Amino acid sequence: MTFDPPRAARRFGCGLSPDIPAPTDAATMLEAVSGPDAAAQRFPVDGFDVARDLDLAIHELSRAVRSAETDAAREEAAARRGKLGREFRDTHMGWFRHTLLRRALTEDGFRERLAFFWGDHFTAHSKGGPLRYAHACFVEDAVRPNLAGRFADMLIAAVTHPLMLLYLDQVRSAGPNSIAAQRHGGQVGLNENLARELMELHTLGVGGSYGQGDVRDLAALLTGLSYRRSDGFAFRARIAEPGVLPFMGRAYGGDTPTLDRVVQVLEDLAAHPDTAEHIARKLAVHFTGDTPDPDMVRRMRDAYLQNGGQLVAVYAAMLDHPAAWHDAAGNVKQPIDFVGSSLRALGIAPRHLSDVPRLLRRDMMNPMTLMGQTWGMPPGPDGWPEADSAWITPQRMAARLQWGMTVPFRVMRLLPDPREFVEVALGPDAPEPVRFAAKAAETRAEGVGLVLASPAFQRM
Amino acid sequence: MTDTSRRAFLGRSLALGCSLAASPLVTPVTMARAPWDTRLVVIILRGAMDGLDVVRPVGDPGYAALRGGAAPQGGLALDGIFALHPELSGLMPLWQKGELGFVHAVSTPYRDKRSHFDGQDILEAGTGQDALGRDRDGWLNRMLQAMPGITAETAYAVGREDMLILSGDAPVANWSPEAALALSPQAQRLLERVMHDDPLFRATMDEAIALSQTEMAELAGDGTLDTADMMNAMQENMRPTRDRDRVGSVARFAAERLRGDSRIAAFSLNGFDTHAQQERTLPRALAPLQEAVLTLRDELGDVWGKTAVLAMTEFGRTARLNGSRGTDHGTAGAMLLAGGAIRGGHVLGDWPGLAEADLYQRRDLMPTRDVRAIAGWAMRGLFSLDRAQVEGTIFPGLDMGADPKLIL
Repeated sequence: MTFDPPRAARRFGCGLSPDIPAPTDAATMLEAVSGPDAAAQRFPVDGFDVARDLDLAIHELSRAVRSAETDAAREEAAARRGKLGREFRDTHMGWFRHTLLRRALTEDGFRERLAFFWGDHFTAHSKGGPLRYAHACFVEDAVRPNLAGRFADMLIAAVTHPLMLLYLDQVRSAGPNSIAAQRHGGQVGLNENLARELMELHTLGVGGSYGQGDVRDLAALLTGLSYRRSDGFAFRARIAEPGVLPFMGRAYGGDTPTLDRVVQVLEDLAAHPDTAEHIARKLAVHFTGDTPDPDMVRRMRDAYLQNGGQLVAVYAAMLDHPAAWHDAAGNVKQPIDFVGSSLRALGIAPRHLSDVPRLLRRDMMNPMTLMGQTWGMPPGPDGWPEADSAWITPQRMAARLQWGMTVPFRVMRLLPDPREFVEVALGPDAPEPVRFAAKAAETRAEGVGLVLASPAFQRM
Repeated sequence: MTDTSRRAFLGRSLALGCSLAASPLVTPVTMARAPWDTRLVVIILRGAMDGLDVVRPVGDPGYAALRGGAAPQGGLALDGIFALHPELSGLMPLWQKGELGFVHAVSTPYRDKRSHFDGQDILEAGTGQDALGRDRDGWLNRMLQAMPGITAETAYAVGREDMLILSGDAPVANWSPEAALALSPQAQRLLERVMHDDPLFRATMDEAIALSQTEMAELAGDGTLDTADMMNAMQENMRPTRDRDRVGSVARFAAERLRGDSRIAAFSLNGFDTHAQQERTLPRALAPLQEAVLTLRDELGDVWGKTAVLAMTEFGRTARLNGSRGTDHGTAGAMLLAGGAIRGGHVLGDWPGLAEADLYQRRDLMPTRDVRAIAGWAMRGLFSLDRAQVEGTIFPGLDMGADPKLIL
């Protein structure tokens, strides 16, 4: 099997479109992801600075609620806080809308898929508080600028990002011998959460060659990374463990703790062969199937190691391997892929996707929750599941079917002829039963819904 | 569309010949009966229910002092000390029959940060505070892992989202009545054709159709669904609904499964975060709780006699009212027990009192019992679990303490 444009669009891109041609070869795809981020320019999403300002303002109003001396003042502050909270939520719906439009209209679909993959690899979000709306900002800051660069650079950007430091409790960690720990006795100490996930999920992988002692050592090395609402990210020597610190057979840092030692340890973790293996396998699983071809994984790992973790070389090794183009059933699309590629196949224009938050929630966000994926709210640090069986459950499948039969009509009103739509959405390989269903359906909405419900469309 | 017309055509869809027998999950071969016969329903009350307002300690002189004139003193007398929130008056017949009980001053091991999200994680994971953030499975799933002969039908998480309490290695089913399908016979035939060659999709679609039919079972009618009916039904199903509109169908579906071969069901109710105007906001959250319990009782029929319902929340609320006549996040709260299998008619628990010095950090009801111990004793009574299993794997590190004799 070799490169095939419709398959490239479906398996490695955001799906087929009636207006935007499928990529012609792997080199073009790689060139596109290495070039400017046109989709982000056309459909911008804010960075974390915007989320932080909103969070800070809401926090200050909470303080005003608590310290209010009269009922009237309290109610006024609470009302303003509520208004700002709703504003944040609505802003986040705008980011969601742009994320969908990027998928529907981009000529560089591989980039959108990679942005999702890496945003999920480095899962960071907030379970509560205003920052629960900030996941998209994290992807925009830490992932998108780095997805065609060195893995180490993305790792450093992700691990030092405020949302990651909050999510994995790094903001609560202090070196046991740090100035802060000595001042406050036993009140502050190490928190291992980020150190553990950094090795287990972000770099070496759960089967990697490390133990609990290494987790502890890395936790000590990461101290100093901090975030405060009022002044943002900072390396604070006060909470950092002082001295030269050991980690996996090497020594890091000098007398005064600095951010450099964190950067150095992340560089070394990125260069580790276990990391190369973990990243190669995870990419291969995400794009080509739950049990990827071992030779393809090996070549991807070698490309990683031979090119200093340059990710484009790893992507090239995958796209150049025949196993990437197998014609067996591919992965089931996750809800974001399903909804995004449906909108793309339908040929929607930006005007079709309402910018009224309530309508966007009704038509896109809530149905995706019923499909098992609340956008921007992953279930844990290990992100969304990859297994097909996690997504194709009775409820989740029924939700896809209902969405496919009703929402396209509701947002577009004028639907394509299902007989043509089946060719657009599935390409020349459309299975005969799906062609038949598209022809036999009683209405356009039903026909479109049946095409979108078909395994041929729901798999990549 | 009116509710009546929806019911009418949902009812008509029952006439469809559905491929129930083809479903891999509901065929007799795989539907081995669970090795026990009792039923457990766990309702997670999200937002932190104010136990002091639901089961009011009106006989404790500290109560009036804390809640002041703004606090409703009334309620339905339960015993010499406690009175029930009037919004739950529909449950009084159950109390009188011994099918309703409460445990007061309970909490999870979670302390001090009072975050809903961490609190709910701890409640559903059933672990101690030290495991916070690392919880990848829930205690009901670990209970299932300890039981022989379970199938994917044994336990149901009912509602839109997965629940941590049921997540884990043991197979569980998830279904939300909102997802119920209403297909015209033509659409169903085409769908079967489209799915035919993909075993995962085919089996799952059959199951979704079967589940949709049971959910609609009580709305029987005649006739055939046409395409327009189908589209309207799907639109209607996808309409966002509030908890109080949804609770009836959630509880009905749970009861439907429990009347069959399912043994465990879990779902959640929201809206208990009553920071302001609690006299108005708490009743809005309690009405769905009452509806859930009464629907389960009505729909379970004979099975109600072997059922225990546990309704629990992440933590309680402050003992005093705040400046907005609401309450803020606290520590200990109350838990509700219902069902024919429980020994009701009592407010159990070791009452800590409400004097200033009796309060936790001088602000919250003092926890005197771990909520996991209550759930543990209930499961031990229902499923004959070993104490070692409960304290070792289901709730690691828990000391169950003395038997509160919850189960008949």
